[in-house]
Amino acid sequence: MRLKIRHATRYQFAEPVIYGLQQLRKTPKTGHQQEVISWSTHVEGGQKEVTFEDNHHNVVELISIDRDATQVTVISEGEVEIEGSSGIVGRHPGPSPLWLYERDTPLTKFGPGCRALAREADGGTDLEKLHALSEVIRDAVKYEVGASHPDWTAEEAVAEGVGVCQDHSHIFLACARHLGYPARYVSGYLMMNDRVDQDATHAWAEAHVDGLGWVGFDISNGYSPDERYVRVATGLDYTEAAPVIGTRFGGAHEALDVQIQVAQQ
Amino acid sequence: MSEGSIFDEMWGQDQALRDPYSEFQTWFEEQDPKRLRVKQREADELFRLTGITFNVYGRQEAEERLIPFDIVPRIISAREWLKLSKGIEQRVRAINAFLGDIYGRQEIIKAGRIPVEMIARNEAFLPQMIGVKPAGGVYTHIVGIDLVRTADNEFYVLEDNARTPSGVSYMLENRETMLQMFPELFARTSVQPVSNYPSDLRRSLGACAPDATDGPPTVAVLTPGIYNSAYFEHAFLADQMGAELVEGHDLRVVDGRVAMRTTRGFQPIDVLYRRVDDDFLDPLNFNPDSQLGVPGIMDVYRAGGITIANAPGTGVADDKAVYSYMPEIVEFYTGERPILENVPTWRCSEPESLAYVLDNLADLVVKEVHGSGGYGMLIGPTATKKDIAEFRKKLQSRPGNYIAQPTLSLSTVPIFTNKGLAPRHVDLRPFVLVSPEGINITPGGLTRVALQKGSLVVNSSQGGGTKDTWVLED
Amino acid sequence: MLGKTANGLYWMFRYLERAENTSRLIETGLRMSITRSGATEWGSVMQTAGVLSGYTAHYGEEVVQEQAINWMLRDKENPSSVLSAISEARQNARMVRTALTHDVWEAINACFMNAKDLMGRKVSERDLPGVLKSVRQRTALVRGATHGTMMRNDVYDFARIGTFLERGDNTARILDVKYYVLLPSVFAVGSTIDNVQWDSILQSVSAKGGYRMVYGSQPNARDIAHFLVLDKRMPRSLNFCVSKIRDNLGYLASDYDTRMPVHDLADKLAQRLSMHDIDEIFDFGLHEYIQTVLTALGELGGQIEQDYRFYV
Repeated sequence: MRLKIRHATRYQFAEPVIYGLQQLRKTPKTGHQQEVISWSTHVEGGQKEVTFEDNHHNVVELISIDRDATQVTVISEGEVEIEGSSGIVGRHPGPSPLWLYERDTPLTKFGPGCRALAREADGGTDLEKLHALSEVIRDAVKYEVGASHPDWTAEEAVAEGVGVCQDHSHIFLACARHLGYPARYVSGYLMMNDRVDQDATHAWAEAHVDGLGWVGFDISNGYSPDERYVRVATGLDYTEAAPVIGTRFGGAHEALDVQIQVAQQ
Repeated sequence: MSEGSIFDEMWGQDQALRDPYSEFQTWFEEQDPKRLRVKQREADELFRLTGITFNVYGRQEAEERLIPFDIVPRIISAREWLKLSKGIEQRVRAINAFLGDIYGRQEIIKAGRIPVEMIARNEAFLPQMIGVKPAGGVYTHIVGIDLVRTADNEFYVLEDNARTPSGVSYMLENRETMLQMFPELFARTSVQPVSNYPSDLRRSLGACAPDATDGPPTVAVLTPGIYNSAYFEHAFLADQMGAELVEGHDLRVVDGRVAMRTTRGFQPIDVLYRRVDDDFLDPLNFNPDSQLGVPGIMDVYRAGGITIANAPGTGVADDKAVYSYMPEIVEFYTGERPILENVPTWRCSEPESLAYVLDNLADLVVKEVHGSGGYGMLIGPTATKKDIAEFRKKLQSRPGNYIAQPTLSLSTVPIFTNKGLAPRHVDLRPFVLVSPEGINITPGGLTRVALQKGSLVVNSSQGGGTKDTWVLED
Repeated sequence: MLGKTANGLYWMFRYLERAENTSRLIETGLRMSITRSGATEWGSVMQTAGVLSGYTAHYGEEVVQEQAINWMLRDKENPSSVLSAISEARQNARMVRTALTHDVWEAINACFMNAKDLMGRKVSERDLPGVLKSVRQRTALVRGATHGTMMRNDVYDFARIGTFLERGDNTARILDVKYYVLLPSVFAVGSTIDNVQWDSILQSVSAKGGYRMVYGSQPNARDIAHFLVLDKRMPRSLNFCVSKIRDNLGYLASDYDTRMPVHDLADKLAQRLSMHDIDEIFDFGLHEYIQTVLTALGELGGQIEQDYRFYV
């Protein structure tokens, strides 16, 4: 399936920016079942400084915000060709060693809440167990847009019983790592069948299973990611795969406007 | 390991004057002790005026202190130095190869020569460095290898400093002071010079400039600022190298490079000799609360726009648990037997070792795996029963945090006191520069001396002093 | 050169100059307190040094000689006390150490250590003259080392600009506080009180000898005003200070091959000081005139910070 994607982010500042940087992870990955046909990033109110690949093979772009800018717009767009694979992404080529994905992070710290969920995840094979885990999480933590805070930890989301895809993925990572599976966060795009305009980027998780390699789990939707899923960035948790991380001086009171369109060609 | 009497580098084990000190001894006999006492005071005054001070952590200018300087040099023969420098070079080569491997394919782990936990549980391991190829393949541009001596032919490596070894300014100023005070002594003895260090450092750093460099490389020294304990050294080295001394807020990312704010606008830096710890280096990529670093410098680094010396993440090689594997590391990467010996080390993470250590606490030195500066350690033979009991609890609750070593009988070198010469324990930190052009070791290094009789703690933060270190010409 | 370094040099020399000026003001105050019993004088002395509001916030409205001296000399709470200013100068020197010669660094470091020794504890009135003298000797040594060993490049320019901005500011503030004793209506009176005041003005800028050389031994208000505002040879006059600032800014412009907005400001100020004669200034109003000069000096300082990127 060929998807055409346009992702526009606009920050508006009540006061001019003195100096600011944004680290972008918005370029879809090439590899496995996915091929980037064309991709471009366009910046207004700032400029591209450097581009590199990080230790998760993410394409990272660093942009600086122009001095005295009151708004900065980043438009990333292009086309991606995807083959369906029923969730199996495949073998781990590095560069980071697999054991790195066994590490927990502050956001995916395993605690009593996750422990209770992990205990319920029953299954004969690795895959069955992980699918069961995904279901347990979706049942225990209700998907509700706007219900959670972006800096919630996995434990906090379990305790609140509500969350979004980010929270679901963090809980899954905490539990899967506890069960002995290397696991990682994936941020990307999902083409919803009924619309072109999307509310936000999507997030899901991947666990590494011996013999199969990386396998994807969209906990929030209860799917195995297929050809409607575009993998953009991976990491140990949200902070390593976030579309934008920024720092700035001046430019108080930001307002954010995001427009995402995903359409089949 | 020698037992029993302590080896004195001037008088040996049996009060027979050793060769390297013969000329010095002749000179010393000719001196009027009163004049030497005046000279000792002059030296202190010289250091005070020059401002060669270190700041005590967490305090301000009122707490600038001098590191006591002793006028009796520590003397090493050319032959002794040859062996030491070969061993140091081998070790530094291995450390650099180890870092390249750890942040690359991790062959040494795959080969089963060191356990994966050594890296996976190592706080200094920086995943962001995985796959990064530093310019010239150099990770540790500047290394300090801490050595101790226990007998005529016994040297041990006590510690590798692969992050930001300090003290080189004392090595240089100590020599400068001795030259000013006792020129006649240098006229009768041939001592290998150390004064090339700043220009060697400049050249060595320049040789590691990234491809983005346009023209002669611009080098700068990054300091945490004037309240840092080693600020004097940062200013001193920048001055001697003819490099700018910058702080984080002088720098920002401009046109894909890290640039410094000058009176004429921003100017790119090619090589940054940073004296700021990894965690504080880049608030965008590491500790977001850091005021000392440069947001985005890691991005520019990973894109090949700047050389950071030493590379981020080199601390993974100077952890005390990794230290215990250095003989394996040296063999794995050089294919040779290690020339310099390691101090036998018990890793308390291993149950058998822990049991042994707990049974023998009174005879051992126990150190924190990530500790430095002589803090957080137990010196069994001089500790009270209460200290040992308290330490036992700490050790039992977090064994993986500790290693233990036998108490070495460190060599002594005389210091000059009101009552004449008196032996005190010393160690030695030679300074090593690494570049694609080769490995350069300044003859000698910094000798630290415990000023209290019988004390084994040489750290300046705990009352240690320094000496000029001579390597004689052949 | 780093913007931070330019900033450090500029402030190192401003503070050094401030230490010297304040010590001179204390000496003047001391002299006046001997010749007339005037606690009120310490108020105006502190006002001149720009530290009066800090004092009253600290000690209340009543001015007590001993407290006033301590406040101006060594109080850590007062950022412009002699001891604070020397510490600041030395702290800035530490920051810009790579730009200084060994001699200059040693001189400022020794100046600081000496100040700490002398003023670390309360200074008795008996020791005070000796301490003040020692401060001025030590700061003179720093200046001497600067003249004798520093390259005449941008490092030197920023040091000089800091020196003369502080000095001009100081002279202007002395005139601002004392202008009324120089007004025509008053100098007709020619009382002994005015003589003491005139004397103290000259003393507070170390200009008694210079004045005598030019005008003879009998001071009068008009000549004093001319001497302190317009004289081209008197190293603490407003005209002298501004022309030095302008010179050094000029060297920067030719070194860097770029004129900045600050150059226009300096030209304007220098022109204002060279166009007038003292009678015109009296006609305009001495007080108003001094006020405009003080404002212009402040703007000049702010513009230098911006043009040479001291902070951002």
